[in-house]
Amino acid sequence: MPTEEHVLPETALDVVTPACHEEEYEVVYHKPATMVDVHMHYCPGCAHSLVHKLIMEVVEDMDIQEKTIGIAPVGCSVFAYDYMDIDMQEAAHGRACAVATGIKRLMPEKYVFTYQGDGDLAAIGIAETLHAVNRGENFLIVFMNNAVYGMTSGQMAPTTLPGMHTTTSPDGRDVSYYGAPIKVAELLANLPGAVYVTRQAVNSANGVRRTKKALMNAFKYQQQYKGTCLVEIIGNCPSNWKMTPAEASRFIDEEMVKTFPLGDIKLPQPDNLKTV
Amino acid sequence: MADYKLMKGNEAMAEAAIQAGCDAYFGYPITPQSEVLEYLAREMPKYNRIVMQAESEVASINMVYGAAGAGFRAMTSSSSPGISLMQEGISYMAGAELPCLIVNVNRAGPGLGTIQPGQGDYFQSVKGGGHGDYKLIVLAPASVQEMADFVFLGFDLADKYRNPVLILSDGAIGQMMEKVQFHPYTRPLVDKSSWATTGKPKTRDRNYITSLFIQPERMEKHNLKLEEKFKRIRENEVRFEEYNTTDAEYLFVAYGLSARICQKAMDIVREKGIKIGLFRPITLYPYPYKRLEELATQVKMMLTVELNSGQMVEDVRLGVNGKVPVEFYGRMGGMMPTPEDIVHHLETLIQYHHAN
Repeated sequence: MPTEEHVLPETALDVVTPACHEEEYEVVYHKPATMVDVHMHYCPGCAHSLVHKLIMEVVEDMDIQEKTIGIAPVGCSVFAYDYMDIDMQEAAHGRACAVATGIKRLMPEKYVFTYQGDGDLAAIGIAETLHAVNRGENFLIVFMNNAVYGMTSGQMAPTTLPGMHTTTSPDGRDVSYYGAPIKVAELLANLPGAVYVTRQAVNSANGVRRTKKALMNAFKYQQQYKGTCLVEIIGNCPSNWKMTPAEASRFIDEEMVKTFPLGDIKLPQPDNLKTV
Repeated sequence: MADYKLMKGNEAMAEAAIQAGCDAYFGYPITPQSEVLEYLAREMPKYNRIVMQAESEVASINMVYGAAGAGFRAMTSSSSPGISLMQEGISYMAGAELPCLIVNVNRAGPGLGTIQPGQGDYFQSVKGGGHGDYKLIVLAPASVQEMADFVFLGFDLADKYRNPVLILSDGAIGQMMEKVQFHPYTRPLVDKSSWATTGKPKTRDRNYITSLFIQPERMEKHNLKLEEKFKRIRENEVRFEEYNTTDAEYLFVAYGLSARICQKAMDIVREKGIKIGLFRPITLYPYPYKRLEELATQVKMMLTVELNSGQMVEDVRLGVNGKVPVEFYGRMGGMMPTPEDIVHHLETLIQYHHAN
C-alpha cells in the first residue's frame, strides 16, 4: 500500500488541469489510433518502439487498418502484436516470409508485412527470405538491423560489424573466422523479385521522417507494383551495445553506416507496375 | 452413384484435396509422394486455388501456417525426412490451434533411409514429434479409397478441433493403383471469424495467431485448454475396423499396409481352421485402447504386425495391460513380409504358447 507521502496531492492536479484548455492549443502530434494503448517492454532508446509507431502511423494515414496483416518474428519484437492494433500472426523463428507467403497468396488484396530482426531474417530465416523475394512475393519486409541478437541479450548476429564486441564475440567479430557482416539489402536487391529496397536509420529526426516516408512508399508500392519491398532500418540497441541512448545514436552515424550505408538501393521501375 | 476411377493413392489424395475445397497446397518434392505436388500443380490452377512448390518442407509448413491462420483450408504432404523437417511448424500450429492437413507417405528410415515403404514414423506421428505437449489426430489409410476419404475427414476434424490432422500413409499405399470412388461432399460450415487474421474491422478486436504465452500461469492455462481438447478428441474420435473378431481366439493387430497383408494372412489361417481375427486401428491418435482391452478378455494371444521394429505394439500392450500375450512381428528397411511369413510366425507362436 502506498504511504500518504506517495499519493499525489490534489493540489498538484489542480495546478495542471484548470489551466489546460485543449481548444487553446493546436494538436500537432498524436499517437496513432492504430496503436494499442499499453506500455511497451522495450528498453529506453530502443528503435523498435519508434518503428512500430511509424508503421502504425502509415497504416492510420493510409486508412488500411482493416486490410493490413502483420507477421511478428522471434526476437525482441516478438510481442509486436501486443502493440499494433491490427490482425497479426506470430511466426516461428526465421519463418516470417513463408508465413507471409501463405497469407498474401490467399489474400492478394490485403496489405501484408513482416517485421524481422537480423538474427531472424539474415541467419535462421535467410532461406525463407531469399526465396520469398526471389518469387517476388508482394509484401513488405521491415528488416530491423541492430547488429546483435537483442532478445537473447547481445550475441553476435550475421550483421555484427567487424571487430564489434558481443557476448559471443568477446574479442570482437573476427571476419577471418565468422565472415563479414551480411549486407541484406544489397544482397536481396540483386534479385529480380525485389521491387523496392532501401536502408534507413531512426537515430535522428530527419532519419525518422525518411524512414516513415520509406515505409509509406513500401505500403503503397504493394498495391502498385509486382514484387517485394524491403525496408532495412538500422536500429539503436543501447542495452546490448552497452551505450547510453545518445551514444548509440552517434554509433550509428560514426560506425554502422560505414558497413551499412543509408539510402535507396533499388527503386520500382515502370515495368514493375501491376497490370490490372 | 459416382463412377469408380483407377488411381494411385497419392493422386486420389490430391484429387480428394480439390474436392474437399482445399484452398492452398504447399509442398516440396520427395519420393514416394511427389505425385501429389505434380497432380495439384496441374489441377489446382483450374479452380483458382493456390499451389506452390516451396523451397523446403520448413517453408511449406510455415506457408500452411500463414494460410490456415488466415482461415483457409490448407495442406501439405511429404515423406518421412520431409516430415521431420516440418516438426517445428507442426508444433507451432498445434500450439496456435491452427487447423490443417498434413500427409506423410511414410518411407523407411532412419536418416535418408530408403524410398521404399515403412511404418517407422509411428512414434513421431502419435507421441508428439515436435517439441512440447501436443497431439495430432492421426488417420491411417489402408487403401487408395481411404487415401481419398481421409482427406475429407481430416479437413473436417482439423476444423472441428482447430488442430492439425496427420494422414499417416506409406509408400505402398501412396504408389499402388486401386479403384476409388469420390462421394458427394458438403463442407461443414465453420465460423473462423473469431480468430482468423483477415484484417481487423473497426467492429471487432484484433485477431492474432500465436503459440507464445510467456507468463507461466498463462502458458499452463493454455496447456490445460489443449489437454481438454485432446481429451474430447479421445472421447469422440476413436475409429477402428474389425474382421472376424466375433469368434476369434487369436488376433492380428495392424494398421495401414500391414493390415492389408494381415487380411490375406487371416484368410490363410482361417482355412486351416484356426479362429483368428484382425483388428485395424484407423485413428492412431486417439488410439482404440478400450476396444483392445475388451478383446483381450476374449482372445488367447495377439500378434501385432508392423513395418518397423515394434512401435504400435507398445500401444497394444498398454490397452491389453498384461491380460494376454502381445507378440510382435515386423520387417524394416522397406522390406515387406508376405502373408505366408506372417502365418508361419503366428503358427510358431501358437505352438510356443500352447507348450507353455
